[in-house]
Amino acid sequence: MSEPHEGLGPVELELDCRGQLCPLPVIALGRRVGEVAVGARVAVVADDVAARHDVPAWCRMRGQEYVGEDVAADGVPRYVVRRLS
Amino acid sequence: MLDNAREVVAECLGARPDEVSFTASGTEAVHRGLLGLLRGRRRAGDRLVHAAVEHSAVLHAAAWAGGEHVSVPVDRHGRVSPDDFVAACAGPGVAVAALQAANHEVGTCQPVAEVASRIGEVPLLVDACASAGRVPLPAGWAVAAASAHKWGGPAGVGVLAVRKGARWRNPFPGDDRVDERTAGFENVPAALAAAAALRAVVEERAEVGARQRALLDRIRHGVQVVPDVEVVGDPEDRLPHVLTFSCLYVDGEALVDRLARHGFAVASGSACTASSLEPSHVLTAMGALTHGNVRLSLTRDTDEADVERFLEVLPGVVAGIRAEAGL
Repeated sequence: MSEPHEGLGPVELELDCRGQLCPLPVIALGRRVGEVAVGARVAVVADDVAARHDVPAWCRMRGQEYVGEDVAADGVPRYVVRRLS
Repeated sequence: MLDNAREVVAECLGARPDEVSFTASGTEAVHRGLLGLLRGRRRAGDRLVHAAVEHSAVLHAAAWAGGEHVSVPVDRHGRVSPDDFVAACAGPGVAVAALQAANHEVGTCQPVAEVASRIGEVPLLVDACASAGRVPLPAGWAVAAASAHKWGGPAGVGVLAVRKGARWRNPFPGDDRVDERTAGFENVPAALAAAAALRAVVEERAEVGARQRALLDRIRHGVQVVPDVEVVGDPEDRLPHVLTFSCLYVDGEALVDRLARHGFAVASGSACTASSLEPSHVLTAMGALTHGNVRLSLTRDTDEADVERFLEVLPGVVAGIRAEAGL
């Protein structure tokens, strides 16, 4: 397993989507991205494998930046997004 | 009688009658076709080059055969670059290449003829299950596979075409019958029905295809009125009768159910609706959204009124599902 947590550094908002199936993690991201300022980062922690593809696709469709993937302390994948607008 | 079916199918696909065999399904045709080419090329190596978006029939046969597999990536439309594919085929130990005629989920046509003309002696398996009958079979195949129910024929009939002179060897135990490429008895009535259906589809495909392309263009533009909806697949070089789009934040199963209540039977490629939780390997290879997918298949009698009614219903259905999710 890669280095736990913080591989991509701290984020302003972390959404715990463990145990949620697609499209719930992306819905959470869409609902809550507005809570951080433009330029700030949001992470989606999700074990549903579709999130690996759908978070970057969400960024492309919504004009936001996909920063990358690391892992939370418990080993669950974390997908990091920067709010651009 | 079977020879008659063989002749009709051969003529429709641009093959010789003695190159055509009937199998139990398109999947079986793909399996026999691919494994037979790998067996015939054992001395050349065990490496298989294939597009990342091949049907699971190709991927499962490849996994079963073992050996080394090179998956060639696709662009946003789901198409391989001919240069990339040809370069992969030029590597050492390449036994066989597999490239679909058109993608089964998003309808994008692949550059089969160009690739075939540039890979020298590497034999090409062309999975034409999604396209056969609808568009001409592209040139350059060593083996082609097709499925009768996909062109409106009966289920339970596949077509395996092996080019004269192709290095194909039966990968399974032989059956001492007329057709050395298959086993068991062909389903003669079903093969005849498949041939008749194929002939009918081919005869009217110019007219039906043009009408369907116009309808798909209307749908393509119409669905994009709905916010956060993305049509996937090539807009031009594509099958005329299928169109796929993805709706952000929408559960594919809910979408299929509600459209069904309005009388539209659509398919969804979303993992949420499939038995497996793995997202579609086609959509992930394209970088497309893997949830909220709708695959529309037009029938030969789908008309403008159907399309307009669909476009009228869709925005409300999508908005309703999103509202329930708090968006």
